[in-house]
Amino acid sequence: MAESSANRSGSARGLYGAEPDNYLTHTRGVASWLFTLDHKRIGVLYMVGVLASFLLGGILALLIRTELLRPEAFIMKADMYNTLFTLHGAIMIFLFIIPGTPGSIGNFVLPLMLGAKDVAFPRLNLASFYMWLVGAVFSLLAIVMGGVDTGWTFYTPYSTTTNSAVIPVVFGIFLIGFSSIFTGINFIVTIHKLRPPGMTWFRMPLMLWSLYATSIIQVLATPVLGITLLLLIAERVLHVGIFTPAYGGDPILYQHFFWFYSHPAVYIMILPAMGIISEVIPTFSRKHIFGYTFIAYSSIAIAVISFLVWGHHMFASGMSYMAAAIFSALTFAVAIPSAVKVFNWLATLYKGSISLATPMCYALGFLFLFGIGGLTGLFLGALAVDIHLTATYFIVAHFHYVMFGGAVMGFMAGIHYWWPKIFGRMYNDRLGQIACLMIFVGFNATFFPQFVAGSQGLPRRYFQYPQQYQWYNVFSTVGSYLLAAGFFLVAGYLLYSLVRGRQAPANPWGSATLEWQTTSPPPVENFAEQPEAGDPYDYSNLVYDAVEGGYIARGPSQGGTNG
Amino acid sequence: MGKTHASSPLPPVEAGHNPHLAHHFDTEQQQFESVKLGMWIFLATEVLLFSGLFCAYAVYRSNHPEVFRWAHVFLNVKLGAINTVVLITSSLSMAWAVRAAQLGQQRLLKICLVLTLIGAMGFLGIKYVEYKNKWHEGLLWAGRYQPTAEAQQELLHAGQRHGQVSAPATAPREAPQSAPATEGDGLKIERSLILLPAEGPAGLKAAGVGRVAQLSQQVPKQLWWFFGIYFLMTGLHGIHVIGGIGAISWLLVRSMKGQFGPRYYTPVDLVGLYWHLVDVIWIFLFPLLYLIR
Amino acid sequence: MAEAKNLPRGDLPTGARQHGPATGHVVSVRILLGVWALLLVLTLLTVQTVISPWADFGSRMDLYIALAIATVKAALVLLYFMHLRYDSPLNAMWFIFALFFVALFIGGLIGDSQQYQSDLIPGYAPAMNP
Repeated sequence: MAESSANRSGSARGLYGAEPDNYLTHTRGVASWLFTLDHKRIGVLYMVGVLASFLLGGILALLIRTELLRPEAFIMKADMYNTLFTLHGAIMIFLFIIPGTPGSIGNFVLPLMLGAKDVAFPRLNLASFYMWLVGAVFSLLAIVMGGVDTGWTFYTPYSTTTNSAVIPVVFGIFLIGFSSIFTGINFIVTIHKLRPPGMTWFRMPLMLWSLYATSIIQVLATPVLGITLLLLIAERVLHVGIFTPAYGGDPILYQHFFWFYSHPAVYIMILPAMGIISEVIPTFSRKHIFGYTFIAYSSIAIAVISFLVWGHHMFASGMSYMAAAIFSALTFAVAIPSAVKVFNWLATLYKGSISLATPMCYALGFLFLFGIGGLTGLFLGALAVDIHLTATYFIVAHFHYVMFGGAVMGFMAGIHYWWPKIFGRMYNDRLGQIACLMIFVGFNATFFPQFVAGSQGLPRRYFQYPQQYQWYNVFSTVGSYLLAAGFFLVAGYLLYSLVRGRQAPANPWGSATLEWQTTSPPPVENFAEQPEAGDPYDYSNLVYDAVEGGYIARGPSQGGTNG
Repeated sequence: MGKTHASSPLPPVEAGHNPHLAHHFDTEQQQFESVKLGMWIFLATEVLLFSGLFCAYAVYRSNHPEVFRWAHVFLNVKLGAINTVVLITSSLSMAWAVRAAQLGQQRLLKICLVLTLIGAMGFLGIKYVEYKNKWHEGLLWAGRYQPTAEAQQELLHAGQRHGQVSAPATAPREAPQSAPATEGDGLKIERSLILLPAEGPAGLKAAGVGRVAQLSQQVPKQLWWFFGIYFLMTGLHGIHVIGGIGAISWLLVRSMKGQFGPRYYTPVDLVGLYWHLVDVIWIFLFPLLYLIR
Repeated sequence: MAEAKNLPRGDLPTGARQHGPATGHVVSVRILLGVWALLLVLTLLTVQTVISPWADFGSRMDLYIALAIATVKAALVLLYFMHLRYDSPLNAMWFIFALFFVALFIGGLIGDSQQYQSDLIPGYAPAMNP
């Protein structure tokens, strides 16, 4: 087989054969970025945006943790504390995690994995980014206006009666909801309509199954959040009387409305990360993914079942006992597809040829941390146990284990996996491993004590706490500083790689999905020639070439098994 | 996997290439179907947006049916029915506009778009009349619910007509206290109405809880629930009608420039889908709000 | 495998039409006017059911009848004005799929709210439970 030009030294020749021409260098200037229709550039714009949001949310978290070093007031007053945890939650959830992986990595990788030139609706894609941006500006406006103190869940009647800047934040989130919907529509249509010849549904990379399932949730659940937030604004401005008891409204109705979106939303957060893990683990085990069909179907199952369990956030709210019992039973069901995935990933690792590159470190960390997070979710799904654990730090620890230990670790794995493809540079892998270790240890130090403290009764969102819990809080805070240090290290070597990193080959990790068949970074049109779809997990003919510094295809593939 | 062969690079754009075919689609058929699928998914999101309001309606009506039975008296069924007919007819003209675009009938296309616009604005006009009436009668949502004396008389008369109210109408009852702090967010809770904790549970059994049957014997107080939901639902629907007017006007401008024809009529089709959905939502709103016996 | 490159991407297009202008199905005038007339008739029917004294089935039956008629009207608009009858079934599938979730949402909430009405304590929320 002749080697294509794409496999040579990671750079395609530009029109005049002088410098490598890729999507980053093809056009220059701020306007070419602000008005781009190229999904790759939009992905990069999203990445910058969500990482900036992560930084902001993280700083807020550090402030919270620092305040909690002492049982009494330490560096701030109670109102400020309420504002901080509200903003931390809202920014992390709505500005970072929900748009994060689909918007940045998803946008970049999805068309490449399909061998396509772009997503189905490039202008809608740009619109989705701008909706995110405007929504983020509104949310930040709230900070300027003194912040919000309702908790990120905006429960009525407090949120309809408090004097803080609820409306800018809520309106900002409403706009970000549109961003989510547009991205979802784009991904669904692209996967339906732009698959290459030969790539049937069951020959797609599992990342695409995950993004498809994520998009289902995005388009079906987000509008309900939209109407909920609109009603909240109407309630505050006009006193419509639908959620506030003093005007005749029903606050439990608000909670139903809110959680009908927000529970499926947590699966928007985790499914893309699971998709990334499904790509990283086989690649770094040099072994075909185990149980492809099961993983594919479990993604859809998670998406569908996630709509049936929202009431488990409301066990102590005044909901009826019958509904509580039904939701508790259904919550156990939603754990099953996730467990199916974990078993299949472990089976993939078994007898694989494991290489501990940085993406794999994050993926292994994911397995451990998401395992803990998911299992503690089962504790909380049990109705009788939840009555005692709800609104304690147990909940805080649980959702941080799944959202941070799950979704963010997956996101970090994805960033490190596709970094060479996106920016054409290799980063220092040793530093990557060290940072991953710091993050892993720091994370566990921060959040594991919170399980214990919560089960011993420490309530969440409390500004002051009894003396007996101080030791847990101090341990947790020190852990959070280590965690932050790990992230600053990551930022350091990644940014350094942009200026001094080794030029990346087309396929540094030896993966078999289509995006690695083009240069790193890809040209504007994604592929110099149409790649042919095969088994995305068949590594039999990929060998490492020292000259290239990456993997190239030698000989025909042995024909991988599918499943 | 991973076969790479020295095949030809992607073909350059041919001369005579349809300017409406985007570079990432292979055929116009594929592009057209993709766009339609995308639009249908967007319509699904619109349905879910309204579903929140339908849900609020369903919850309040199933738990307090008497409130809805009483309050609907103030809605004019005739105007509602006229609005329904107007919207259905504008749907016809919109569907015809799509057909005209497909067949290249430029003049008919413009006429149909204009007719649709007239229908839309007529709908809004009638809605304005209805809203104005409600405003003057003080029949608004909770924060502004202050029915005028005439409105209360009308309610009592309607109750008498239907045998719901036995005694002749006495002096109009006081309008419930609307929220005192309309500009701020503080609430004044009437302390006297809040039972002391020791009395609470016992008071439950004594008072007889839940959906109290005796409400059919007198006018229920919380009519503002109905009006709150009425204004929210028709208001959100009206906002969508206004959006539709904008979109159809844009179509009209483009069709005057002759941009639509058998080879390219996708925007007409898509706006048509949106407009039909607006119609479908009203088809459900009308019986739910207006046709309560 | 050169021929494979001529195959379309994604799901096969409806009717396996792969080239030429995408005209789509054109609805006939007869159908347009017929559906419109039927919609008006159904509107009249639905209004009469509620107004006329001889068709008094009680408030609950009224609601069901009105919703049934509304569903028929909506189906007519969806199938004919919105071309669902002539389109790829994928579009209809998405719409119906969404309706399942609407039903889940509304059904779940009605069920739960009816169940907890008996837990509400009168007087604690003066405007809600006098």
